[in-house]
Amino acid sequence: MWIAAVLCVRAAPPSVFAIRGARVVTVSGPVIEKGTVVIRDGLIADVGASVPIPADAWVIEAEGLTVYPGLIDALSSLGMPEAAAQTAGTVRATSRSQQPAPAPAPTPPQTPEAKPAQGPEDRPSNTSWLRAADLITPGDSRLETARSAGFTAAVTFPQRGIFAGQGAVIALGGERAGEMVIAAPAGLYLTLTTAGFTSFPGSLMGVLAYIRQVYLDAEHYRLAKELYARHPASVPRPAYDRALEGVLETPRVLLPASRAVEIDRMLRFAAELKLNAVLYGGHEAHRVAALLKKSGVPVLVSLRWPERSRDADPEQVESLRVLEFREMAPSTPATLAKEGVRFAFYADGLWSQRELVRAVRRALEAGLSQADALRAFTLSAAEIYGVADRLGSIEKGKIANLIVTDGELFQEKTRVKYVFVDGRKYEPLPEAPPEEGGRAEPSEEVVQ
Amino acid sequence: MRRYALCLLASWALAAPPIVIRNANVLTVTKGRFQGSILVRDGKIVEAGPKVTIPPDAQVIEAGGQYVMPGIVDPHSHIATESVNEGSVSVSSMVSVEDVLDPEDIAIYRALAGGVTTIAVMHGSANAVGGQCTVIKLRWGRDARGLLFEGAPPILKFAMGENPKRRGSLPSLLPGVAVQPRYPATRMGVEDVMRQAFLEARAYREEWRRYEEKRQRGEPAIPPRRDLRLEPLVEVLEGRRLAHVHCYRADEILAVLRLSQEFNFRIAALIHVLEGYKVAREIAEAGAGASTFTDWWAYKVEAYDAIPYNAALMVRKGVLVSLNSDSAELMRHMNQEAAKTIKYGGLSEDEALALITINPARQLGVDKRVGSIEPGKDADLVFFDRHPLSNYAKVLRVMIEGQIYFDRDRDMSRRAELEARKKALLERAREREKKQAPARRRPA
Repeated sequence: MWIAAVLCVRAAPPSVFAIRGARVVTVSGPVIEKGTVVIRDGLIADVGASVPIPADAWVIEAEGLTVYPGLIDALSSLGMPEAAAQTAGTVRATSRSQQPAPAPAPTPPQTPEAKPAQGPEDRPSNTSWLRAADLITPGDSRLETARSAGFTAAVTFPQRGIFAGQGAVIALGGERAGEMVIAAPAGLYLTLTTAGFTSFPGSLMGVLAYIRQVYLDAEHYRLAKELYARHPASVPRPAYDRALEGVLETPRVLLPASRAVEIDRMLRFAAELKLNAVLYGGHEAHRVAALLKKSGVPVLVSLRWPERSRDADPEQVESLRVLEFREMAPSTPATLAKEGVRFAFYADGLWSQRELVRAVRRALEAGLSQADALRAFTLSAAEIYGVADRLGSIEKGKIANLIVTDGELFQEKTRVKYVFVDGRKYEPLPEAPPEEGGRAEPSEEVVQ
Repeated sequence: MRRYALCLLASWALAAPPIVIRNANVLTVTKGRFQGSILVRDGKIVEAGPKVTIPPDAQVIEAGGQYVMPGIVDPHSHIATESVNEGSVSVSSMVSVEDVLDPEDIAIYRALAGGVTTIAVMHGSANAVGGQCTVIKLRWGRDARGLLFEGAPPILKFAMGENPKRRGSLPSLLPGVAVQPRYPATRMGVEDVMRQAFLEARAYREEWRRYEEKRQRGEPAIPPRRDLRLEPLVEVLEGRRLAHVHCYRADEILAVLRLSQEFNFRIAALIHVLEGYKVAREIAEAGAGASTFTDWWAYKVEAYDAIPYNAALMVRKGVLVSLNSDSAELMRHMNQEAAKTIKYGGLSEDEALALITINPARQLGVDKRVGSIEPGKDADLVFFDRHPLSNYAKVLRVMIEGQIYFDRDRDMSRRAELEARKKALLERAREREKKQAPARRRPA
């Protein structure tokens, strides 16, 4: 049998594993204190306290180790070519938060255009037809960084423009782009970036008016196409519009909203346009949790908690509101969990294990339970994107995306020992030494 | 949290006992001045006079000779909004300030502390045809929807003169980046853009009419594409939306009055209108309102001919005149702005106060609800320690719909607590930074 196993390794990576004697945190069910997870052909074949180990399995003795479902980064640019080219940690700014920007300036949102846009009809900053699934670059080195921290899947989106494009749920492992795609399209990623005085829309109110007009146009386009199909002889043929095709195709729309005012605004906007919305940002969601609960709209919470920029003027007197915003942001997940609002985390560029754990710990210290934190990284993210039948927990039949750690997740001392993506085993990269200067650039923020 | 607390308070206020304000020097603005009381029930003024019936369950506010006037109405301000200009296009009527209201702008509270209770939130004046503007009440602590002045007619802003013709000939500053100069570059171009927009709006209305006819005949027809840019203009043409026009010079005032006659709509307010005194008769004849500054001028060429007598001269010619702040700072002492019109032009006290209360309320189409102290109107009241037209007058309390939104004593008493909270937060932030930053090597 040993020989067989060795031969097997030489021929192809093993496709059957049994992780034995581990503490198994299934997320969907109770924790199994000493159990076994069997992986076969990329799926979880079995899990339980006493399950038979198949004869052909590569056995991992996991006494004292813990198995978790692989983490999902619920909003990222992982594997997107243009984002991969930039430095990690692009800041997704929302309306005001982008104004007093010390850190990375947002790239001009424009897709190459011959001349400045004169109005919504020119469809500025609209690449809703772009599909993340078509753009995946398996060579993006950030994929391995994220995987080493325990991420096994990500929902990744094209990043530029107002209607940036359609996302895809991807596995953070695999050789070819095609096999990495778990589900697509996952949703349309909207930002509120403005073009200044040179091109429409140049203001937040312009962007909102533009989005509203695009949805009206999309509805009109759908109607016109239907009517034309029925009466081709008497109804004029509508012109094909790829920008509207993308808008009509998407199952959900991601809208930025970090401050309470923005959340309130975006909830009303989504209701008005009848969007199946998911909000992202969420740093002040703790103030409007009841409102969110009532709306049923889920929130993706950025783990890049707001902090004073490292380059900020030390003499600057900050308002109480700004200080409160920073202090209270990490209490958002605990409040959302308590209120029963569905939420998931996104790393917002904090893909290294050190940064990730530090960020999650601030939410834990603010009252979030370990179980709720884990759920926000796994099953909740899968539910929000409609892939909970495949991802998010350790259950028979789900995709074998797992991590094996030597301790409780989100503890500073805990190390990820193995990562399984689609049933393939990866060993994490050794942790890089702390970079000079320390903490990651915090998210940009609200300043009055 | 505070928001919900206030919402609860508001629903409680509906069932709250009536309020009697006693022993006040009441400046009604429309019905003269008296020493007496005001009875408020369910947010409305029920009675006002030297003697009012005091219900047994009433909550009594002893004014002790304080001056009570109607809440100040500012018909043109740029606070409480996250956008100023959609400067990319000359016809930006698709944008709406209501979309970007910021109920947490601290300027709201500061204006409240200056006695302002109702404002029109306007965007800037970068476009010949601007965007949709909104009237709000300064219900500090409520969310964006809670600020809206229910039932106030919507506004479309227009702009004449220097601002909308800027960028008409802008050179490209960045190499390789083409900049398309925005039309118009001249005053005649501004007028042309407006006319063109109204013509388009007419054609749009016609397009819908034709569609409706076709549909009623039962023919297959695609409804016209809804155009958010033209809809507000159609509403102006049909009298369902107020036109407010930013303007300075006499020639452009006359130009836009002619345009309004050409398209048969009324201008609710000419804004700034610094040379209004030169064409006051024409403004009055057109039935347009005028909203100006008292002594703010010469900040650009088109503001050189302004005089502080402008408001008074227009009032004397029968124009409906108001004062506007256009500024978060000026907004905090509109009572002093009104007082200046007594010095410059000799308006009466009531005429001066009308410039910041009932007149702007009329220009905003909300005078049935606010602008004076009369039974049936909203209990939006400001308490001053002296006559509000005195330079020394301070606002002590501000009530909107019977609810106190600013109280000077309370504000003063909370300052120490807020300062302590701020200090504690700063301390915690500093600790966090220390903990997170790894020890840096010192440069040798």
